[in-house]
Amino acid sequence: MQIETLIWLIPLPPLLAFFMIVLGAYRSNRISHSIAIGSMLLSWGGAMFVFWRAITADDLGQHPFNSTISWLPTGETAFNLGVLIDPLSAITLFFVAWTCLAIFIYSVGYHNFGKPRDERDRAGLPPQAGGIEPMYARFFAFISLFAFGMLTLVLSDNLLLLFIGWEIMGLCSYLLIGFWYGKPSARDAMVKAFMTTRVGDVFMLLGLAYLYSATGTLSYREILFNEPTLEMLASTASVIPALSTAGLVGLLLFIGTVGKSAQWPLHVWLPDAMEGPTPVSAMIHAATMVSAGVYLIVRTFPLLTAGWHAGGALTPTMTVIAFIGAFTALFAATIAVAQNDVKRVLAYSTISQLGYMVAAVGIGAFVAAAFHLVTHAFFKALLFLGSGSVIHGMEHGVHDTHEHVDPQDMFNMGGLRKKMPVTFWTFLIGGFALSGFPILTAGFWSKDEILADAFAHHQWAVFITLAVAALLTAFYTMRQITLTFLGEHRTKAAAHAHESVWTMTLPLVILSVFALGIGWLGIPEGFPAIGGLIPNWFHDFIGGSLPEHPETIAFNAVPLLVSIGVALGGLLLGWLTYRRVPAGGEDPLKKPLGPVFKVLQNKYYFDEFYAAFIVRPAYWLAETFTYRWIDRGVIDGFLHWTGRTSLKIGSFLRNAIDIPIVNGAGDLVGEGVKKAGHRFRVIQTGRVQEYLIIGIVFTGIIISYLLVFRP
Amino acid sequence: MTFPLLSIIVFTPITFGVLLLFFPAENHRAIRVTALIGATIALGASVFAYFSYDQAAAGYQFIEKVPWIPTFGISYHVGVDGMNLPLVLLTGVVMFTGVLISWGIDDRPRDFFAFLFILATGVFGVFASLDLFQLFFFYEIAVFPMYLLIAIWGWKVTREYAAMKLTLYLFVGSVIALIGGLAMYFAAGMNSFDMLELESAGFSTVFQKIWFPFVFFGFAVLGGIFPVHNWSPDGHVAAPTAVSMFHAGVLMKLGAFASLRVGIMLLPEGAKFWAPLILALATVNVVYGAFIASVQTDFKYVIGFSSVSHMGLVLLGFATLNLDGMTGAGIQMFSHGVMTALFFAVVGMVYDRAHTREIPRLGGFAKLMPLVAVAFIIGGLVSMGMPGFSGFIAEFPIFMGLWQTQPIVAIIAAISIVITAGYIMRVVGRVFFGELPAEFEGKITPINNLDRLALVVLAAILILIGVYPSIMAPLVESGAEAVLALVGGA
Repeated sequence: MQIETLIWLIPLPPLLAFFMIVLGAYRSNRISHSIAIGSMLLSWGGAMFVFWRAITADDLGQHPFNSTISWLPTGETAFNLGVLIDPLSAITLFFVAWTCLAIFIYSVGYHNFGKPRDERDRAGLPPQAGGIEPMYARFFAFISLFAFGMLTLVLSDNLLLLFIGWEIMGLCSYLLIGFWYGKPSARDAMVKAFMTTRVGDVFMLLGLAYLYSATGTLSYREILFNEPTLEMLASTASVIPALSTAGLVGLLLFIGTVGKSAQWPLHVWLPDAMEGPTPVSAMIHAATMVSAGVYLIVRTFPLLTAGWHAGGALTPTMTVIAFIGAFTALFAATIAVAQNDVKRVLAYSTISQLGYMVAAVGIGAFVAAAFHLVTHAFFKALLFLGSGSVIHGMEHGVHDTHEHVDPQDMFNMGGLRKKMPVTFWTFLIGGFALSGFPILTAGFWSKDEILADAFAHHQWAVFITLAVAALLTAFYTMRQITLTFLGEHRTKAAAHAHESVWTMTLPLVILSVFALGIGWLGIPEGFPAIGGLIPNWFHDFIGGSLPEHPETIAFNAVPLLVSIGVALGGLLLGWLTYRRVPAGGEDPLKKPLGPVFKVLQNKYYFDEFYAAFIVRPAYWLAETFTYRWIDRGVIDGFLHWTGRTSLKIGSFLRNAIDIPIVNGAGDLVGEGVKKAGHRFRVIQTGRVQEYLIIGIVFTGIIISYLLVFRP
Repeated sequence: MTFPLLSIIVFTPITFGVLLLFFPAENHRAIRVTALIGATIALGASVFAYFSYDQAAAGYQFIEKVPWIPTFGISYHVGVDGMNLPLVLLTGVVMFTGVLISWGIDDRPRDFFAFLFILATGVFGVFASLDLFQLFFFYEIAVFPMYLLIAIWGWKVTREYAAMKLTLYLFVGSVIALIGGLAMYFAAGMNSFDMLELESAGFSTVFQKIWFPFVFFGFAVLGGIFPVHNWSPDGHVAAPTAVSMFHAGVLMKLGAFASLRVGIMLLPEGAKFWAPLILALATVNVVYGAFIASVQTDFKYVIGFSSVSHMGLVLLGFATLNLDGMTGAGIQMFSHGVMTALFFAVVGMVYDRAHTREIPRLGGFAKLMPLVAVAFIIGGLVSMGMPGFSGFIAEFPIFMGLWQTQPIVAIIAAISIVITAGYIMRVVGRVFFGELPAEFEGKITPINNLDRLALVVLAAILILIGVYPSIMAPLVESGAEAVLALVGGA
């Protein structure tokens, strides 16, 4: 089989699984999950084979695996759809396949497969006491469809197919956030997520329309590897002054990323999306779908940066991207510090880490952005799955002790280290990777590379912002680990928590291997002591995705020391602050920070701000202004006025003209004759002698007239 | 003479309509079966025409021309090209599914189907017309039965008001258009109503600028252009299900198509001159309809106003006067027709069972009628332009075309898609998911197989075009090229 054929086949098994489950297999939970996991295994196997072929191929960047079919003939040209494996898509495929597979397996345990159905459980609500999820099969159908969307996106060779995968994922995200639709909060969250990302999507769609009308193609290779096209796009002005066509297209596409990757100011949906089941949070809202937003800007890097030369001043578009990314990284990290829900901390952390990647793209650090994309997918999926395991353990505890505490609130936990050792150690690995714990963890290498790049290119604002954000990251991560696993149990429920089943812990172990190991593939050559021991494979490989191989940056000790300093410092501070929180105690930061803490806890009041300034005015505009005033008031009002006026004119014509004048005139003739007749009737007596008298009288009058008046 | 395929399509409905009148009125079953046979023949013939059209040759095909009133240069002249052929197919599809959906009508079904079929002949006749007089003739045939269908079989609360409103609007529109048509006839001085001849009449630019608005906006009333769109939601809501499907699915396209065929194609210079106004009004349509749809509590009004919004996209595509926009508009006419027929079918099914259309009072229908829910969701995905469905194939070229002419309009129109997503999601969430109100527990009967067939046919078409656009896009594009050849440049 040709490798290209195999690439076409990779996304299909999950799609088939979706249809098989929906069309009948849903009756059996076991068959449903077997089909879903089996299909994911097939895709995973195909992906691994393709990945292996990709890394062993000669110069994959110049000679990628590519295959296209004509999808929509337009005029002389045709719109082709195709698949492409170049270094970037190969590496993305690698992490997508692994994380999806891990999460599929994890879902079996998470949804309590093997436990009897609890009669009290209702479809649309989470199981109350450890019974199997009532909509178990449906869950696997949805995540299979999701996996199809993500794999399509990754394997696409053009922006249109990418957009198709993007939208399929958006739909699945909507369905899965609202999986427990019996909860009003979940229903609100699903709509919020869909609508917010949709705002980004339409701008992205416009970007695609613009790009297509400017170049006549949406294929990556035809645009990104085409020097004259890029130059043309970078040098022609767009409708917005100061932006080239490439700049405006890039900006429109980037708005899509802002929505999908939950960057400020469209970040509000992601924390609420935690209403969905935890595997969904791990897969969609950490490892894959939100990464797709970053994948888009990494993928279109040559377009976004058209007109920019390494080391030169940033283009306006890049400046915007860098600003949004860096700002989001810091902004979300500060919110994460004040959240108590174990999943919401991770949600804000995801927003923050995606901000790192966006900022990296903004300053032109292509390799660093891609590297962090990969490492983050592994360690954040690990953390989410770990948190799901924790919540599961806590729920058991809550159920066993009948203690009414929120099983997701970290202040109700504590001491879970001994109860859930596998979860603890893997969570620790994930947390340290997130914090950038030096040398050992993958997160260190990728984060360090972003900082080093910002430093080397003198992007001081970005460098300082990201460094501060990294300090906060380490701090809130250690806060989370300390509150959850260390110290003493703060509730009875925590004391009764127990370790999760193997289907949940096995994926944790697999992912933690990657959370540690994957970073060693990208150790800079100039790194002291260990640099060069393992070749900087990642840079060499991924660089092939660009027309020109990016240069490595010279080693500098300053960013390295900063990066180590903030990571260790943040971890230490977090541990010192939170290690002695007593049962029922409040956050130690609450007093010293005062009102600031409240602002952070309320996420800077963005939800309230949007409700007051966007949602409500929009409803007013729709309901009151457009519907009541214009449509029913002005337009219908005018129509009804016309109707009434016509009626009035009609009745005026009838009563004032028709009846008295027209009718009157007509009547006058008839009535006149009638009246005259009436009058003359008196002479119609029927007596001959009277007629004769009348005759004689008239004859006399006539003769007199003739005699007297006619001379 | 070749096989008169188009005449068969045009006259099959009215023949069956007349035939129905010979049946005893009480024999509902025979009447329904006969109606279904008629609709199936019309659909079959339209499908045959669609697939036997020679795309490589393009241009008008299946042409028939017979003198009708030679004194005035009026002939019976029909033919189809890439623009109107999909609309003929659309009419066949909506007619067929409309009959399936109306199986349950118990109030004088004989008269109902007879009127519906007269309407269908009118619609087919307009789409296939190549003669201006004939176009007007069929146009009135199409509009007239609408009044009776709504006023007799409609929703009791508003049917008389809505039927009157609709008829007044449409007759005023058609009279204005007729004046424009007559002006063209006399100005051309060729003693011909033949549109192919009028295309080359060489009207002066001033003449075109003066008379274009008469023709275009006169017909555009039926296309639902702002601010004369208002008859349409009221009409949709008051009409019985099959009539709503016809009404929103086909009749509004009639207006849009006639605006294009008579307005833009015969008076291209006028079109260029007035394009900015059309663009502006259609933009209002798109946003305005979406806004109003998002606050309606009546399920059917939501869909009614969504039609106003989507027809705005068709008019926007026309106003671009470029290939992308025009092609998109052509596909959108078909896609929206099928989609909105599907929507109204679903609304009808829900209403027939729940006896209310108030969204807050509904809920949980997905569990009782899963296929209906899936069908509605598919329609919803089409309406928000999801890739993989026909709506995307239509909207993407429209946005491309718009971006080339007026980027700001493209942005405003695109934002309306977000609003569309909002109201569709709201309806899906409230009506199909959420709690099933206790009053409906055990009272909702499942839909029958004919209903299922109708939903599956409509949904399958929407998906087919989305996944395999080559089945329609190149055809429409050839039609759009013909339009632009007349407009020239731009």
